[in-house]
Amino acid sequence: MYSFEPTEEQKMLIDTVARYAHSNLRPASHDADEEGQLPINLIKKGWELGVLQASTPEIYGGFGEHSSVTGVLAAEEMAWGDLAGSLAVMTPGLFALPILFAGSEDQKNEHLPPIVEGDWSPFTAAIIEPRYDYDPNELKTIATVDGDSFLLSGEKSYVPFAQEAKNLIVYASLNGQTQGFIVQNGLAGICIGEPQKLLGIHALPVYSIKFDGVRIPSKNRLGGGNGHDFSPILAANWLATSALALGVSKAAMEYAIDYAKDRDVFGVKVAQKQSIAFMLAEMATELEAIRVLTWEAAWMMDTGKVDGYKEAYLAYTGAADMAMMVTDRAVQILGGHGYIREHPVEKWMREGRGFAMLSGMAII
Amino acid sequence: MIEFEAPKPITQQSFVLKTVAENMMRPVSRYFDENEHQIPWDYINFMHMAMKATGAGSLAPKEAPKKDAEGKERPRIGYQMLAFMLEMLSWGDVGIYLCTPGGGLGAAAVQANGTPEQNVKFLTRFGEEKPAFGAMAMTESQAGSDTSAIRTTAVLDQEKNQWILNGEKIFVTGGQKSLEEGNGLVVVWATIDLTAGRAGMRPFVIEAGTPGIQVTKLEHKMGIRASDTASLVLQDCRVPYENILGSPEVVQEKTTTGFKGAMATFDATRPLIGATAVGVARATLELLKELLAQQGITIRYGLPRQKLTSIERDVIDMEVMLRSSWLLVIKAVWMADNRKSNPKEASMSKVRGGDIVTKITQKAVEIMGPLGYSRDLLLEKWFRDAKISDIYEGTGQINRLIVARNILGYSGRDLR
Repeated sequence: MYSFEPTEEQKMLIDTVARYAHSNLRPASHDADEEGQLPINLIKKGWELGVLQASTPEIYGGFGEHSSVTGVLAAEEMAWGDLAGSLAVMTPGLFALPILFAGSEDQKNEHLPPIVEGDWSPFTAAIIEPRYDYDPNELKTIATVDGDSFLLSGEKSYVPFAQEAKNLIVYASLNGQTQGFIVQNGLAGICIGEPQKLLGIHALPVYSIKFDGVRIPSKNRLGGGNGHDFSPILAANWLATSALALGVSKAAMEYAIDYAKDRDVFGVKVAQKQSIAFMLAEMATELEAIRVLTWEAAWMMDTGKVDGYKEAYLAYTGAADMAMMVTDRAVQILGGHGYIREHPVEKWMREGRGFAMLSGMAII
Repeated sequence: MIEFEAPKPITQQSFVLKTVAENMMRPVSRYFDENEHQIPWDYINFMHMAMKATGAGSLAPKEAPKKDAEGKERPRIGYQMLAFMLEMLSWGDVGIYLCTPGGGLGAAAVQANGTPEQNVKFLTRFGEEKPAFGAMAMTESQAGSDTSAIRTTAVLDQEKNQWILNGEKIFVTGGQKSLEEGNGLVVVWATIDLTAGRAGMRPFVIEAGTPGIQVTKLEHKMGIRASDTASLVLQDCRVPYENILGSPEVVQEKTTTGFKGAMATFDATRPLIGATAVGVARATLELLKELLAQQGITIRYGLPRQKLTSIERDVIDMEVMLRSSWLLVIKAVWMADNRKSNPKEASMSKVRGGDIVTKITQKAVEIMGPLGYSRDLLLEKWFRDAKISDIYEGTGQINRLIVARNILGYSGRDLR
């Protein structure tokens, strides 16, 4: 059957996340971006909503089963409040979810319960590389076998909370295949750079990291001896990015609608002008189209459909374009006011540009 | 629960219709494009027989939901079945699909506006032995999207209890077949009060063979050439009183029920136009990928955008447009099946369907270069066929207006 109706449980989760996004994230959003910092209590409160915990089975310390559809629904709601805040809340998932998807039983038992049962604490992952032709399937960070170890060498960027993180997953090319490696922070050969300054998401601390022959025990290869299939992890990255793009775009569209209905021009509201109304209609249509595409991709991943990987990629590509279009138009509809930082739309537009390259900073 | 699994009756139907599309439409696609106004009878007779046997293709009537063995209500999927059917047949050939026998838009108008008795009286004919056609006549030379500007009049002759209709209708899809090929009907929108605007609009059923209505012209079109687009002249055309659609109490009062009925018809039919648009777009994209593969060009999904070739980017963008538009259609018809109000979603699916099919067909012709522009391939035909999706059943602009009013909470007066 086809259905576009979330389950009762999903609706409850969406409501909870929406309340947090509305009452906590959104009010903190502007100052966090200006100051380049998120209040730690804000992140902790988001963590306590239990989105990741509800995606982790009981035996690993959680209280539910993983569902990409649920993840997508929750991430859209949260990103409506604030993108950097959402990414921060979701950061431990960058470490935990790949282990849940692809880790060996030992890895799951060792790493998942402390994260899932505890307060928010920084666990992260390093995948993006500072190159124009960065490609998650053709990484330039290399893993080589050396006796009972792997040696990691290369450079990563956009790693959230790298400075504070206890452990991280580092993705590297092993014989041409992308593989994850569980890495303890602070090992010899790891050099973490200064916080990176980006076009958007100012409030999220992200770092570059250099790996110079970092020695990892071979049991730390994600999935154990035979490693793992990288594609579901990549698809989960795409889905997360897509869902976050939906949330930011929805926020921008709603703000533009409210503004246009309030702003007087030539004796009517500016929303009553077709040039503005048509822009809004196209924004809403595009947003809804990419939302159902993202839902379908998530559903495909959950049900193990062979086309899930391709569909998730399409959703991500579509979402990146859609977010740029919608956030750009939101600024345009506010006109000069849209360019002023007192209004949030310019921030959303800076974030909107990011989705095309930020896949890898969140996972669902 | 959010899910995207096509129900079994739909996958079975799609399997059969794909065979029809491949064997009865594609081989004659070019012929009926180049021989405008010839009628594809082989297709029509086959479809009539098949639809009679299976009950496929009827617009989900207002019946109670079916129950399964345990007495639990089975979900309604009538509109979803129809959307899948139209998508597949338009994948075959949208011009020929428009010649499909059955009630078409005429029956949709009867269902949206008629009483149960009128439904029986006017729709039974479509299940009889010989194929029959239905059409809807709204547009006039001075009234396109602004339907309230229609000038065709209906005057009640109280003595004979008949309506007398006078006026001229244009752009009636299937108008010729409805009136001249079998026992069909046309739903004509006319005004009972020229000064009343929308409040005067009423739908009237005119059955084939009624004196006073005549097909005066068949248009020569850019595409969908297999389908006739007729001008109809009504000259003292008399129909029985009961041929006005709707209950007798409301038909005489000057309310906008009639206009709203027209709009309700569109809520049901617009996603279906979206479905036909998606069908043409899918045909185009599939052929394009096949032709590219013959040239050794395959699409590498999963690459960062900046590493893709220009053709790969185009094709991937086309796939995003196609898939997401199809899902918008499914959502709109799913809402209709579940009796959820869907004017916003219906118009969204129509807006985007019209948009993406024009973009995809334009791009496909461009990508194939001189081959794309040649009539050796069907790409140029689909380019011509596509454009109508952005025009009929409400232009892309009118549907944007509807979406905008919905998201802004505006009436037609707030946002003109």
